[in-house]
Formats: sequence, C-alpha cells, structure tokens
Amino acid sequence: MKWEVVIGLEVHVQLNTVSKIFSGASTAFGAEPNTQASLVELALPGVLPVMNKAVVDKSIRLGLALDATINQKNIFARKNYFYPDLPKGYQISQMELPIIEHGRLTILVGEEEKVIRVTRAHMEEDAGKSLHEDFHGLSGIDLNRAGTPLLEVVSEPDMRSPEEAVAYAKALHTLVTWLGICDGNMQEGSFRVDANVSVRPFGQAEFGTRREIKNLNSFRFLEQAIKYEIQWQIDTIEDGGKIQQATVLFDPDSGETRMMRSKEDAHDYRYFPDPDLLPVRISQAQIDATRADMPELPGQMKARFVEAFGVSAYDAALLTSSLAQAQYFEAVAAATGQGKLAANWVNGEIAARLNREGLEIAACPIGTERLAGLIVRIADGTLSNKLAKQVFDALWESDLGADAIIERDGLKQVSDVGAIEKMVEEAIAANPKAVEEFRAGKEKALNALAGQVMKASKGKANPAQVQDILKQKLTQV
Amino acid sequence: MSLTHQDVARIARLSRIAVTDAEIEAVGSQLNNILGLIEQMQAVNTDGIEPMAHPQDVSLRLREDAVTEPNRRDACQAVAPQVEKGLFLVPKVIE
Amino acid sequence: MINATLKQLSQQLTAGQVSAVELATAYLDRIEALNPALNAFITVDREKTLAEALAADARRAAGQAGLLTGVPIAHKDIFCQQGWKTSCGSRMLDNFISPYNAHVIEQCQAAGLVTLGRANMDEFAMGSSNENSFYGAVKNPWDVNAIPGGSSGGSAAAVAARLAPVATATDTGGSIRQPASHCGVTGIKPTYGVVSRFGMVAYASSLDQGGVMAQTAEDCALMLNVMAGFDERDSTSLERAREDYTRDLAQPLAGLRVGLPREYFADGLAADVGRIIDNAVAELKKLGAEVVEVSLPNTQLSIPAYYVIAPAEASANLSRFDGVRYGHRADEYKDLVEMYEKSRAEGFGSEVKRRIMVGTYVLSHGYYDAYYIKAQKIRRLIANDFAAAFAGCDVILGPVAPTAAFNLGEKSGDPVQMYLSDIYTLSVNLAGLPAMSVPAGFADNGRPVGLQIIGNYFGEAKMLNVAHQFQQVTDWHSKAPAL
Repeated sequence: MKWEVVIGLEVHVQLNTVSKIFSGASTAFGAEPNTQASLVELALPGVLPVMNKAVVDKSIRLGLALDATINQKNIFARKNYFYPDLPKGYQISQMELPIIEHGRLTILVGEEEKVIRVTRAHMEEDAGKSLHEDFHGLSGIDLNRAGTPLLEVVSEPDMRSPEEAVAYAKALHTLVTWLGICDGNMQEGSFRVDANVSVRPFGQAEFGTRREIKNLNSFRFLEQAIKYEIQWQIDTIEDGGKIQQATVLFDPDSGETRMMRSKEDAHDYRYFPDPDLLPVRISQAQIDATRADMPELPGQMKARFVEAFGVSAYDAALLTSSLAQAQYFEAVAAATGQGKLAANWVNGEIAARLNREGLEIAACPIGTERLAGLIVRIADGTLSNKLAKQVFDALWESDLGADAIIERDGLKQVSDVGAIEKMVEEAIAANPKAVEEFRAGKEKALNALAGQVMKASKGKANPAQVQDILKQKLTQV
Repeated sequence: MSLTHQDVARIARLSRIAVTDAEIEAVGSQLNNILGLIEQMQAVNTDGIEPMAHPQDVSLRLREDAVTEPNRRDACQAVAPQVEKGLFLVPKVIE
Repeated sequence: MINATLKQLSQQLTAGQVSAVELATAYLDRIEALNPALNAFITVDREKTLAEALAADARRAAGQAGLLTGVPIAHKDIFCQQGWKTSCGSRMLDNFISPYNAHVIEQCQAAGLVTLGRANMDEFAMGSSNENSFYGAVKNPWDVNAIPGGSSGGSAAAVAARLAPVATATDTGGSIRQPASHCGVTGIKPTYGVVSRFGMVAYASSLDQGGVMAQTAEDCALMLNVMAGFDERDSTSLERAREDYTRDLAQPLAGLRVGLPREYFADGLAADVGRIIDNAVAELKKLGAEVVEVSLPNTQLSIPAYYVIAPAEASANLSRFDGVRYGHRADEYKDLVEMYEKSRAEGFGSEVKRRIMVGTYVLSHGYYDAYYIKAQKIRRLIANDFAAAFAGCDVILGPVAPTAAFNLGEKSGDPVQMYLSDIYTLSVNLAGLPAMSVPAGFADNGRPVGLQIIGNYFGEAKMLNVAHQFQQVTDWHSKAPAL
C-alpha cells in the first residue's frame, strides 16, 4: 500500500526580551542555577505576574509577517499540571483568543513553493529545567528559564514529507530571526519543535491517528525523528497493529522515538482565565504603527532580488535564508551591478567557506566592499575564475583589496594576443601527438593543448582566448 | 449527579492530594453535598449573559522590558526543603 | 490606654504622653496574658516588635513621624512579612519565613506602624468560623464558646479584646465583615483593586481584597489612607488618584438614600438580628437618611456561584504548595507523585482539601461550561443587580450574617451549613464592591451583631461617612468584652 504522511508542527519560539514575561528577572542564558529565578518564578506565596510589553510587540510583528489576524483582545489562561519545573503548578498561556490566528508561511521544497497555514500562535511562559545528573538519584531543579517568554506557533497539518516539515521549520526560524524577535539559537533551546505525525493510505480523506514527537532542537533531529516515526507507524500498521495517540520522545543516540505517555495518561489541564491578569487589548493604531515599521520580509526581498538582480528564484531563496546574508548580497550586487555573479559567490564560495569554518555571515572576514572589488575584476575580464578563486583565498587571509592582491601576486589575466599566440605555437610544437589526434577528429585533444598553454602561462592566460587561438592555429595548415 | 469513589480518586489524583481508602467515603459524601448546593445554579437561565471574569472591565497594564529583579537565591533558598549547588532537589523526574 | 482608638493613640504619641515602646509593651503584655485563652495570634515576637517600636520612637525624635508612627498593629498571617513566619494558618507554611514584604506591610512600615504579631486565621482564608486554622480555633472574646467568625477571626478577636488597636485583614467572601460583626468591631473591605494583593497569599484572586478592622470607622479611614494605593506589582491594582478616606466623615447624612434589599430581610434572618438592623436603620433615618426598598434578586445564587468560582481559582492558586521550593514536604515518599500527594495531604487541612477538590472538579474536562462559565454568568447577573439597585440609592444596608456568632463546633462538621451562613456577604465580592460591618447591637444571647453597609464602586468615603455618623450617635463600637 502507498502511504501519505501528514505532519503539523508546534514550534516554541523564545522571544528575545531582556526580562521575563511576567517579572523583571533576566532572561540571559547560562547563569548559575536559580540566580535568575525571582520571587515570581519561584512562585512564592502572594506574588503576582506583571506582563512584559515587549512580548506583545514582538508577537504582533510575527503575526503581521505571517499575514495573520491579530486578536485585539487577548486572554491569558492557566494551564494546570504538576511538574517540578513548573513552580506555580500551572503555566500561564493562552487558550481562547490567542494573539495570532489564521496565518500563512510560504516554504520552498526543491524548486516548488508551498503555503503552510499557521493555525495560531499564543503567548506563554517557559518552564524551568530538570537536571538528572549528579544528585544521588534525585533531580535538580533550575528555574532560570522559567518565565522566559514563548510564542507557541501551531501549524495546520499541511506538510506531507519530512522535507516539507524541515523547510517549514527553517522558514519560520528565518522569519523570527529576521524580525529580530528570537535569537534562533537551537542549542540553547530558543527554537524548539514538536512534530505531530500521522500516516494514511493515499486517497483517504480522514487523518490517521497522530503521535506527537516532543522537543526537537535541531533541524537534523527533526528530519531524523519524523523519518523514523513515519517508518515505525507504517511498519506497525502493515504488521496489523493500530497507532495509539501518544506523546513520544526522540533519542538522538539511537535515532528512535519512544513512548512518553499515552492518551490515557493525557493531562486534564483545566484551563481557565487567569484572574491575576486582565485582558490585553491591542489597538488598531498599534497594529498599524507596527505594520508601518515592518522590515522587508524574506518573501518580498526574494521577489525583489529576482526582479532587480536577475537571480534565479532558487538563488534568491538561498540568499534570503537570513537577513544578514540577504543584506550582504544586496550590498555586493548593488556595488558591482553584477547580481548573478554576486549571487554565485555569496551562495557558493562564501557560504561554503563560512560553513567550513563554522562562521556566521556577520563574522565573514571578507566584507562586502572587498568581495565587490573581486567581482568587478571578474566581470571586466581581469580575472579568470581560477584566478578569482586564488584572489578570494588571499582576500580571506588578508585585509588587502582585490586589486592590491592581483598586483602583489601578479595574477592579472594575460589577454595579450601576441603573448598567447606565442605560447600556443610552443604548445603545438611540443605536442605533435595531441595535434594529430585533434586533426583526426578527437575534440578532447584540444583541451589537453589548452591545458598546456594555461600551465605555461601559470594560469593567467585568458582561457577563452586560448581556446580561440588554438582552434585558429590548428585549422589553418 | 453523584460522584463515585472512582471519581473522587480521580479528582484527588488531579489535585495531587492523597486520599486514603478509609477517607474516600467521607470525602465523597462531602463533595457530593457541595456539588448538590452548586447544582442550584442550573435552575436559572443565563442564555446570552456574558461571563464575568473580573470585577472591573479594564485592560492589562504592560510593563517595559527591563531587568529589575536582583539575584535573591540565598534568601529564597533558606526556606527550601532540599537544595544542593543552588538547585532544588526532588525525587527523580521521569520522562 | 488599651481602649484608645487609633486617633487617640496618634494624639498621645504626638503629644509625647506615651512612646511607641511603652505602647507596644502594654499591648504585648496584654497579649501574653489573654492570648492563651483566645488564640488570636499565631506568632508574637517581643524582640522584633520592640525593635520596630524603638525605630518608630527614633523616627519621631528625628521629626519624621507620620500620623500613625508608633501605633501598634496586628497583621493577618496572610500578608507576607519579611523575617516573620507567614503561615496563612496552614501546616503547609508552618516553616515559611517570608523573604519579602507584601505591599500592605510595606505601606504600614512606611507609615511607622509597629507590628504586634501575626493574627490567626482560617487556613488559606477558607472558612467562616476560624475553626480551620492549623493553630487551633480562635475564641470569640465576648463568649469563648462562640466562634469569632472567619476567616479573619484572629484580627477581629484581637481588636475586640483590645490586644491590638487595629488589625489588617482580607475579605474574599465576607472574611472581614463577618468576623467584625461577630466580634463587635468595625471592618472595611474596599473596592476590589484598591488595596494591592501583592504579597497577600492568594485564595481566590478575582475576589480577594485586603482591608482593615479597628474600633471605629474613623480609624478604618485613617488606615485605608495608609494601605490603599496603586501598586504596579499587582496587575489588578487600580491606577487611581490617592484619596483621603477621612474627607467626608463629618458630612451630615441629610438626603442620603439608603437602600434596603428585600432579599436580605427575608426568611432565614434571625429575628434578633433583624431587629438590630431595623434599629440601626431607624438611627440613620433620624440623621436624615431616606430609606428606599431595593431588590437584589439573585442573592441566593451567590452561594453556588461563589462556591464554584472561589474553589476553582483556589485549586490553581494552591498548586504552588508542592513541597519543592518551600513549605511542608512529607518525610517519606517513594517517588515524585507520592511526594506531592503526601506533602499536600499532610500540609493542608480538610476544608482546604475540599475546596481544592471542588475547584479541580468544576474545571475538569466536560464540566467547565456547566459549572465555571455558568457561575461567571451568574456573577454578571449579581453585579447587574447591584448596578440597578445603586441607581436608586447611595448605600445599601443589611445584616452581615443571618445570626450572631454560632457556637464553636456547631457547624464544623457540615460544610454546606457553614457556606449558607455567607449569604449576605458573598455577592459583594462577586461584584467587587466595597462594604463594611459596623457594630450595631447585641443579639439575645449577648453576642455582637454588625450592620453591613455596601457602597458603590469606590464609595469607601461615602460608607465611612455613614458609619462615622452612625458611631457619633451610638456607642456599640466602644463596648469591649470583659476579660
């Protein structure tokens, strides 16, 4: 039987406020345990939550970026359950009337665009952490993370493959970092994904029973976990079993998912409006002002790059995978007037080198002006591709500009016809066998001869000219 | 309606309050009496009435995003049942 | 001295006739002598009190004294006070020394009031008789066989027995007015949002409101000037201009329209209590008040609505008491769930457990709409009733409780009977209105009875005016039990 995969994601986005959602405690990562747990996070008797304005502001920005409805009346609810990392015994969250509803996010899978619907996103507080090591069989509770603001972004079950799920997660990651509302640091838990996965026979209208994979903190784990889960569900059904609704955890070491709790153990959260907090009202004026203040979004910028710089949609998508990268590209493209070349270099050499060295584009040793200097010299024929790579390496290692490196290392491409003719004649004279083969109709032999010429020129001869002159000399007997 | 022993056990469990078998009868009967009192509400028609969550119809005040809370770990952990290296200790949390 | 009002004590301190240390010592000695029989205090700490008194005297010597600097006060054990055990009447918090101060405590300290001790109360403010305290029942100073009322029974008993000239208190469903009535003292519960809830251990957040008890309405007004005010740490604290609650005390009552809700004088009201209220109304008429009948038709429904909303909120508010970060933790447990279940079963008394379980049930899956939403709709009806009534009157008068104080143990085995006695006080909390209890006489059994005055939103000054004028022509408030 052929199976269709159905995936919906719930992403916990930590908003990058300096203070907690309901107190003035710091949200900085990595502090000594419980030094950033104020009276409110400790849930001492008598303390009360006071809402952080920046959480609302940042949420509105995401809502607008997702082309969503911003609810102008927001209610906070208590979600009740007991857990040591949840000090109040309830999480302040939103149930009815979340701040964001009915959004959409366009993803690119291969060359295909697809719109994924965003059901809702609601504001809530993060929990603390349970540490299991080194406490003689006990768990240690650190409440520093408790109260960090979260937006939980819930998608419709619109994804049909692990690739689509990853593309959606990446697109959302791009968006929240682009907007500057989340630092996007997945290792530190700033962006955590839960995946609801089910399978159904192709053509069946109803969804299969889903299992929820909790807390995936890298795109790789997300993909691995979903792939494993899909196969497990298909195997289970094909072996005559039934899928039971459950929450599962992914173990990166084994690459498997395992049951955390079944539906029978599902919590009865007893949501009700939090009486300590009044409705948050958002005015149309505030929404309009935020809209006017929105940056150009990845999708808009992508379209503009295609239009203005003539780059392909695929390249434009890569270029707009982060705001820093897009801005880098645009500076180079604008300075050189060479959009395609700039795109090739930013998506190619720059991306590869940064990746190899584990750097972000913001830390790229080659600034936009120096890359532009290189591209100008490629465009005007001063540098062959090969020489350009040499110059690129030198740019990476030094502070010099492209022209200074070309000068210093004598890397200027030789385009002087006389000089090239001389080298061609020498090559023909030295390689009678290759000449004979070429004349016998073996086109490849020409490359061998060209190679000899390039070698003789130490790579500086203009390759196109070399080809032309070689052909000319060999055909005129 | 009337709560069974099973219902009482489920409520106690949700509330994280141990109720022994010996207590369950008495607890159940008291809860049933209270629920009987509460049932009086069902006699009144409240169609179209907006639920009232709060005495005043005002909006939430929002504070500026600023760090104002100092570290008071030592003072706060002075009253904690079990602490080590700044962490609150509890029986192993199993996920 | 021990019978002096706040105003008199303030005058004596200002005149240098008495020092804060002398005052504190006198009250501490009296507490030492009488508290064993009354059990009005959970914690008394002579050393701490005298240190505060010394500081108050120093402040006065430095010329920085306020009106109430050096005046002793008892705090209900629900207000977190740094360095003091804040037990909320519960075994759960028997070992909890608060690391911080409630807003009310800060305000009192800023005014220079001297803490005499921590007043006993029903556990987590749940109760109408003060029999639900882990530290034992409080006795009514007028009759030690009678309950003092609850949940602020310790505060009421302390003021009545002159163990303190004033005491803070809280009111979620009548917890200031009912014990004030039963102990013959004056108590005021302000409009919801006037006194900050920051640092006040929460019972039912949308109903809880801090207030005060003293001998007179004037003293209550002076204290409200100290306690009320905006606090940014409580999101439900109202941002309003500061008021002088004494400003209208001397206003004559001519033309005052007094509403009598016919539902408050129907079946269930004891004849002697009814007579006392009638007499009080007659006094006010003599002062020029005009009486109109009003109707609060949903009064009866306030009981079920309250006993859904308050337990629901409480069930969540009390989840933080889990034995992890502070408070009682059981000695033995085999795992985390058992630690929770045993710690909470041991730490909470039976009424608290009952309300948590009722609250858990009414919020649980499938029952939320039938109970919680229904109760909130009834809450709206009740608030609407008051709005309609206040269209035709300035204040509403009635009894606080159907009877004078009942006997200790009389209703403690029957929670529903206990709940029914809250009939005249619950509606006010559901609507968020201000209300008072003012001593108005003695029942046939010699126990005190209070007159309830209900004001419109922010009508504290008006209520205090009515109460003060009433106290100018009556002396019920200055009567003290023989001890």
